Amino acid sequence: MALSRWVLGLALFAMPGLAQAQDLTGTLKKIKDTGTITIGYRETSIPFSYLGAENKPVGFAMDICEKVVDAVKKELKDDAIKTNYIAVTSSTRIPLIANGTVDLECGSTTNNAERQKQVSYTNSHYLSESKYVTKKASNINSIADLKGKTVVSTAGTTNIKQLNERNQADNLGLTILTAKDHAEGFLMVETDRAAAFVMDDILLAGLAANSKDPSLYVISTDAFSKAEPYGIMLPKGDEPFKKVVDAATAEIYKAEGPALYTKWFGTPIPPKNINLNLPLSPALAKQFEAPLDSADPDAYIR
Amino acid sequence: MDKIVDWFSIFWQESAEGTGTYAYTLLLGLQLTLEISVIAAVVAFVMGSIVGVCRTLPSPLVRRLSGAYVEFFRNIPLLVQLFLWYFVLPELLPRDIGMWLKQVPHSNFYTAAFGLGLFTSSRVAVQLSAAITSMPRGQKMAATALGLTTRQSYTNVLLPMAYRIVFPPLTSELLNLIKNSSVALTIGVAELTQSARNMDSYTFQTFQAFTAATLIYLVLNITITAVMRRIEHGVAVPGMLVAK
Amino acid sequence: MFSNFDFQVIIDALPYLFLQGMVFTLKLTLLAAIFGTIFGTVLALMRLSGVWPLPQIAGAYVNFVRSLPLLLVIFWFFFLVPFIAQKMVGSPRPIPIDPFLTALITFSLFEAVFFSEIMRAGIQSLPKGQVAAGYALGLSYTQVMRRIVLPQAFRNMLPVLLTQTIVLFQDTSLVYVLSLNDFLGIAGKIGQRDGRLTEMYIFAALVYFLISFAASQAVRRLQAHTAIIR
Repeated sequence: MALSRWVLGLALFAMPGLAQAQDLTGTLKKIKDTGTITIGYRETSIPFSYLGAENKPVGFAMDICEKVVDAVKKELKDDAIKTNYIAVTSSTRIPLIANGTVDLECGSTTNNAERQKQVSYTNSHYLSESKYVTKKASNINSIADLKGKTVVSTAGTTNIKQLNERNQADNLGLTILTAKDHAEGFLMVETDRAAAFVMDDILLAGLAANSKDPSLYVISTDAFSKAEPYGIMLPKGDEPFKKVVDAATAEIYKAEGPALYTKWFGTPIPPKNINLNLPLSPALAKQFEAPLDSADPDAYIR
Repeated sequence: MDKIVDWFSIFWQESAEGTGTYAYTLLLGLQLTLEISVIAAVVAFVMGSIVGVCRTLPSPLVRRLSGAYVEFFRNIPLLVQLFLWYFVLPELLPRDIGMWLKQVPHSNFYTAAFGLGLFTSSRVAVQLSAAITSMPRGQKMAATALGLTTRQSYTNVLLPMAYRIVFPPLTSELLNLIKNSSVALTIGVAELTQSARNMDSYTFQTFQAFTAATLIYLVLNITITAVMRRIEHGVAVPGMLVAK
Repeated sequence: MFSNFDFQVIIDALPYLFLQGMVFTLKLTLLAAIFGTIFGTVLALMRLSGVWPLPQIAGAYVNFVRSLPLLLVIFWFFFLVPFIAQKMVGSPRPIPIDPFLTALITFSLFEAVFFSEIMRAGIQSLPKGQVAAGYALGLSYTQVMRRIVLPQAFRNMLPVLLTQTIVLFQDTSLVYVLSLNDFLGIAGKIGQRDGRLTEMYIFAALVYFLISFAASQAVRRLQAHTAIIR
């Protein structure tokens, strides 16, 4: 089945006569030609993009992407376009966008200048700080308390980079483990393999809320970073595609940003019907009113 | 020429981990790969020898137990074995011991090294017991006739010969073991393959990072093969076939 | 110690574990074994051909791939295959390839090296006189190989090929690192989601053990059969 799809794809590329809409380029052309758009989703980025009931990807970013896909269909005037879902991890998401496997990555990817050399971002959909979660019982109240301990973060994230820098700068003497994904990182704390899991505050809240006993955990007040923007990733240097996606997200944020936010951050969500109870921050409310795609954290302090 | 210099320049950049250049990151990875391999090789050799001998002993109970040992370690994927030792074992032990096990510094490193060693030991055991049983029965009988105990006949007659016979297959097991040590990355050990991935995820220079790791594995493999060939010629049993 | 062992988690996950995960794993194993054997046989014939530079090329490929860890090869291919496909069809941008297909290509090319060594041994173990007799009868190289050498080499080596396939079956668990939905991948995902890793990993180990053990027993029995034919 997979093979036949591939052969079909090859045939479409090989026969230029079949390519319609000559004026399309890049991703839009590819979507039109192959009749599919590929979305990269995360498995444990609660509540942005994760496996819900029946192991289907759901979440705040997935809802936004679904509407973006509708906009792309409208742009291409083709309702038959199918959506293909591929699971990505923190370390595979950027190469997969760069090598053309994934068209839109819908998750919790921090938008920063360095990554913009590889990929593009549409308007940011969240702002988060890098913090850490510990067990209450371990009595760790500040970053300094972590000194000499084993901590974990997820491979391929900005968090682990900031953690390494902080470890060097403050001479913390940390043993830093790398986890494949966020659930594995949290598991390290849950099973006492690590004293703390360093990650974006919102993801920590999602993981802790969904754990067996949420009352055991506490999220730090100390942060390793400023509030950084999350964005949906798309291939770099593809202006026509980015224009369609930017216009779609801007419209979605303005029209239903706060409502979507409440759906995922203020009401019970699958799989365990837990309510994260996080009110919309003023900075994010402003972002929904006047969307930005900047990588600079300071641009969002408005 | 400039292009080549440019291609390599990434390795001299300061790494995002703040511990030196990316070349240094890869060397640290290589060091971990070698450390895991050495510990695992010792564990594999010792456990493999014990179990391999047990498989040839007369006692049916000992044979059955050692047979079960081999089947256990041979029929479960290495990755799953590491998960069993790392995530499952501490939960099954009494709470205090489990806690201690989890909080030993670098517990993932030791888990990987011992897990890989036990996995490989089943292969060593099979090779060794095959070598012992392949020897002419007369050797064992002669040893018994000379009044040697079972223990003495193994240490003085059978094993010295068996080890010389299994030297070539053990060399390829050692090479396999080094390659298999990359599975340690699944429990968070930044060995060579993982350090190439780390470099990749900070710099996005996938080609350079993976090419470097590939070359290091290649050189490692060639070096060990060459050294082992040398030794092999020294220990080869005269009159027996030697794989050249 | 099993006081809070939750069997219900496993029971609930059974359809997903087997209908999706195990099907993925077995499909990957069988297809990679078939393609690996075909490509491996080609490599073996190249090595034994004596026609410069075929033996050198095949030998270099085998020795090169054999010195690399499978995990590194998996990472290489996962990122490279879309670029290779792009080059192959001259497309302006990398071509997205289904992750299953990428895994299949990777395992076929990697395991071919091991299958080729087995086939080489199988071909070499046949008496030289058979080949000579074939040529004396006026058969071409292709005919000698297809009618005389390969069928015998394949039959004699079948137990070893199958044993290597069992190793391949276990190796496919390594696609875990790419978050693909193979048997282990799904077991891990469900275990993490429900906080029941202990149960899921023990169950996964048990399933891998039973399948590999049963398969290797079957191969042993087959070996006893074919040994008589030789």
